[in-house]
This record gives sequence, C-alpha cells and structure tokens, in this order.
Amino acid sequence: MDWLIPVEVSSVKKSYGEIKAVDGVSFSVNEGEVFALLGPNGAGKTTLIEIMEGLRKRDEGDVKVLGLDPWANGYLLHQKIGVIPQDFTFFDKATPREALKYYANLFGVSVDADAIVREVVLDDSANVRFENLSGGQKQKMGLALSLVNSADLLFLDEPTTGLDPTARRAIWDVIKGLRSKDKTVILTTHYLDEAEQLSDRVAIMNHGHIVAMGTPDEIIEAYGSGERLEIHGTKELADYIKANTKLKMWFNGRDLISIAMIQKGDALLALTTIEESGLEWRELHTRRDSLDDVFVKLVSGRIDEKGEIRTENADNSLHDQRRR
Amino acid sequence: MVSMRRIISDLRVFGRGYLRNAAGLFFGLIFPVVLILIFGAIFSGGFSGRITAYVQNQDNGPVSIAFIDQLNRTGAVSVVLISPSEDFSQYLSTHSSSDGIVFPANFSADYNAGNPINLTVFGNPSQTSSAVVSGTVAGLANWFNLQRYGGSPIIGITQTTAQAQVTEYIDFLVPGLIGFSILTSPMFSLVNISSEYKRIKLFKQLSLTPLTKIEWLASKVLFYILLSSASFLLMVAVGVFAFGAHIVLSLWLIPFLILGPMLFASLGMLVGTISKNTETASVVGNLITFPMMFLSGTFFPISLMPTYLQYFAHVLPLFYIIDGLNGVMIYANYTQTAIDLAVVTAITVIFFVAAARLFKWRED
Repeated sequence: MDWLIPVEVSSVKKSYGEIKAVDGVSFSVNEGEVFALLGPNGAGKTTLIEIMEGLRKRDEGDVKVLGLDPWANGYLLHQKIGVIPQDFTFFDKATPREALKYYANLFGVSVDADAIVREVVLDDSANVRFENLSGGQKQKMGLALSLVNSADLLFLDEPTTGLDPTARRAIWDVIKGLRSKDKTVILTTHYLDEAEQLSDRVAIMNHGHIVAMGTPDEIIEAYGSGERLEIHGTKELADYIKANTKLKMWFNGRDLISIAMIQKGDALLALTTIEESGLEWRELHTRRDSLDDVFVKLVSGRIDEKGEIRTENADNSLHDQRRR
Repeated sequence: MVSMRRIISDLRVFGRGYLRNAAGLFFGLIFPVVLILIFGAIFSGGFSGRITAYVQNQDNGPVSIAFIDQLNRTGAVSVVLISPSEDFSQYLSTHSSSDGIVFPANFSADYNAGNPINLTVFGNPSQTSSAVVSGTVAGLANWFNLQRYGGSPIIGITQTTAQAQVTEYIDFLVPGLIGFSILTSPMFSLVNISSEYKRIKLFKQLSLTPLTKIEWLASKVLFYILLSSASFLLMVAVGVFAFGAHIVLSLWLIPFLILGPMLFASLGMLVGTISKNTETASVVGNLITFPMMFLSGTFFPISLMPTYLQYFAHVLPLFYIIDGLNGVMIYANYTQTAIDLAVVTAITVIFFVAAARLFKWRED
C-alpha cells in the first residue's frame, strides 16, 4: 500500500444541527511530521481529529488516513494508529500494567510493559489502580496505551489539557521522543507554547475553519507585522521622525515608537534621524510578532488556561475587577 | 471474526474489576444467600407449620384430656394449655391470637352420659389458621361421636402427595432466589455500565482497539454466566445444608444457567443503549426489574397471586426461568421445563440480537 502522505483531508464538513463544527477544512500531514491543530474550545479541533480517527462520521468531503477512509474502514485503521481520545478514561479498577497487557492481548502483540511505562515516566505508578491515578498519570497511561501497537501514526487529542507544568513537560518529552523516532503525530491543543514547542507545522482553527497554516515562522511571516524597530522616546521624537523621513511608523501615545523595517537601509535611516534630532531616547531594539501576537490577531482574542477565548477588552475588565 | 483470545482478555479485566469492587461482590454473591437465610429462617427454620391454639380445659376429665392429646397428635395444631381461671377472650387478645378452644366443665361426664356438649372454638373467619383449627376440631369431634356409639368410620382417608417429597417453602425459595440472582446481577450491572461507558466515552476508547462490540458483550455474558453459576452453587448449598431443602439437581439446569444471564445481560444492555443518559437508564431498568423481581414467583409461588397478576407474570421473562427451575428442582417435570426452556431461548435470542445490533461503539 502506498501512503507517502499519511493523512489527507479535503473540504471536510461536519454539523451538529445548526452548528457547523467543521466547515470545509483541507490539509495534509506528511510522514514524520508533528502537526498541531491549535485553537480555542469549540473551534472544531476534536470533531476534526475524531473524523480522522474514524470515531466520527463526516457530512461532506474526503479523508484518507494511511490510504483508508477512516469511517468506512475504522476497524482496520484502528489497528494501525495510536490514539489518545480527549479526556482519556479507563476501567477504574485496572492498573496501567494490567491495561497494557489487556491492550497487547487485544492487539495480539507482545509488549514490554516495563519499557513502555518507563518511556512515559509512569513506572512508579504502574501498579496503581486507574481510579487512584492523578490527572497527569491518567494521561500518561493513555499515552502508554496508544504506544502498544507500535503505530507509525498517532493522534493525540488535547494530551496535556488540565495538567500541571511538570506533568505537561513530561508528556512533551514523550512526544518529542516520538518525533525523534520519525513517527507522524497529529495533536490538538489550545496551548500556544505546546504547539510552538512540539510541532513542525501548525494549523490555527477558529469557528470550524483553518485560519492559518504552516510552520510557526511561516505563519508569523504571513500574518505578522514583520520586523520592526522599537524605541522609547517622546512624542516630539516621533513627530521629528515623521516629518523628516517616509518611514512607516506608529506612536503608542505615551513613549513607544515602532518603525517598520520594510526596505534595506530603513534601520540605518531611522537611527541617523534619531541621532540628528538630538532628542532623548532609550531602549532601542528590534522585534517581530510572536505566534502569540499573530494568534490574537487571527482569532481576535487570547485563549485562557481552560481553552476559552478572551477578547482583549474582556481580559482588561477581568483584570480591573481583580484589582478592585 | 470473533476472537476467543480477545473475549478472554476482556473477561479477565472485567472480572478482576468486579472482584475488586466490594459492592458488586456483595450484591452478586452474598445478597441472594442472605435472602435465603432470612426468608428461610422466617418461613422454614423455626416455623413447624403447626398453628398454635390456646386451650382452656374447664373439665380436666379423661375424655377432654384424650381429646386434647389427639388434637396435639394431628400435627396441624399445637396446643397451649391455659389456666381455667383466665378470662379466655381477654387472654387471646393479649397474646395477639384468635385461635382457641374451650372445653366446658363436665365435658367427660356429659360425654359418657350421652348428654349434648358444646365445644367453643374461637377463630377469625378471614384467617386460614382458624379454618385449620375449627376443621381439625370438627373432625376430631366426629370421631369421638362415632366412638361413643361404638361405630367405625366407613370412609377412610389416606394422605399422600404427588411428589416423592413433601414440598416446603424453602424448596420454592431456592429456585426462586436463583432466578432472582440470575435477573438482578447482570441486569443492574449492564444497565449501569452500558450507559456509564457511553457517558465517559469508554466505548469510544474500546472501539480504537481490535475488540469488537460482539466480543465485548460476549465477555460480559460469559462473566455473568460464571457468576450466576457460582451463586447457584452457593444458594443450593445453603438451602440444602442450612434448611434441608429438597432439591433435584439435573443437567436440565445448565441451559437455564447459561440462557438466563445471557437474557438479562442483553436486556440490560438494550435499556442502557436506548436510554439517553445514565439517570434515564437507571429508571427504565428499575421499572423493568422490580415488577419482574417480585411477580415471577421469586419469593412465593405465583399460584398465590390473584388471577390477573398470574396472567401478568406470564409476560415476564423471569417467570419462565423460575418456572423451569421449579420444574427441574422441585417437580422433576421435564415436559413443562422443555416448554419454559423454549420460551427462554426465544426471548434470549431476540434480546441478544437486538442488543448487539442497537448498541454502538461510535457516534455518527
């Protein structure tokens, strides 16, 4: 079978009643790539990943995963992929070690349970019943189970949601390990740093659409404001630069002047002009938009810890309330 | 393709989980035995089957004493003598009893002289016990009347029963409660797990493995067959050793012990599958289970129920299981049992197929 491109999605749509959860999405994921679907809650990430996993039927469009239609050939596909569904759960009374044995029996493979629990850093809780594991340990157990069938393609739906920073980092390490083994990984997340840290490519989703896609650099390049010079100075200085050059610039009304670096020589021109003015200035540096800045622009808000979107204004009023 | 390896490994994980859950273990194995002990003790252990009758003998002559002695020997009545000085009806009411006999003074003298005598029998017409007491006294009085004139009875009665053994309450109770445990354990458990697994998306999780839903269901059925068989052995042992129940064990029991748990596991699965959420499932499950639990001949034979309830019992699947178990274990009546078995088989197949078809791993 030939599946040089492990995952191909084209024009996929899925609605729940009136709500268009996924509204015409297309992309493909290459072999050995870590691909992140990034977006706030309700953006359609889980619906989309479940369609790829064969857990959910699509309304329209085409999906090929390892050359298979995931809904029609779900049973066959599931033997070849590893999955952690969102909010991974298991039988309360079973331990990670028992769960690994159970999965190995179901898949008809033999596994080194010790090696797997070590790999996901769960060796100290391998014999603790699921009901007594912490949130992070439960997620690690889910990750361990997704490794049982040694799949080359893994789907991780919000693998670190709700975990503390240590547990999150431990899971990141496992995912980085998968990447170094040339596994193809598709993950969903609402954490920007997670997408930035782990993935080769990111697709930013909002309201059922992919609003931007590419490597973090490509996205910043395409949607960010580009390189700029930032300098702390007075309005007088800003007016002086404006009057004497054709540089594209902004003044924040208080003390920050931003000058766009569009053409070669813009930086030199800006600096010479500032020197000529003889006015006070300090803290000169160059800056470009981060993925975070671009994300705020694209989904018009920031995502909080829980994955909910906060518009900038709402954010401020929240801070105001806290201050009062 | 159904894989035995997968069924067994699922069975092992499920069984281990069950054994680690004290509540499940209690309701699956211990509770039915507790019921046998309680009901057995109430209706068999300390209960001789005799009715206590208080007797006041104001005569105390040879004939009244002989009469009372005969009364005691009938086996139907157990005589408690009270002092002739007591106010008899007062005594009965303070002892919460309605059954009693008063032998008048000069009973023996009048009997020998051939004077008419009046025996007073106290009773409550609405109670079976009173009918037994007055019937027994009337029978004995006739016998004494015949004796007085040297007559001998023409019609004699030989008492016998259709069965090899006299059936006692405990003999009904054991098959009834075996049926009870065949119903409750798989039914409650499957209603709960099928709706709960759906809620916490555990089915979705399992659908990502090569385990099929038929294999999953088969493993649950297999588990409850094992549990019901263990419970069966335990209950028979308690019935026989603690209460001396008369029970016929036969290979005919095996199909009931296999089909019964399969039937109710499937029914539980169906209820959990078609219910929107855990709460609805539990309500629907109880609506089906409770009438069946009491009206299928579990705690008492259905012949004691009013006719319309007897008709109703015939639509309850558990009725046919208990009727079949009674057929084997009490009456050794295999014709009736074969009919029950056919009905149970048909219902089981329908429920199992429906459950397997309607139950979904994944959502659309």
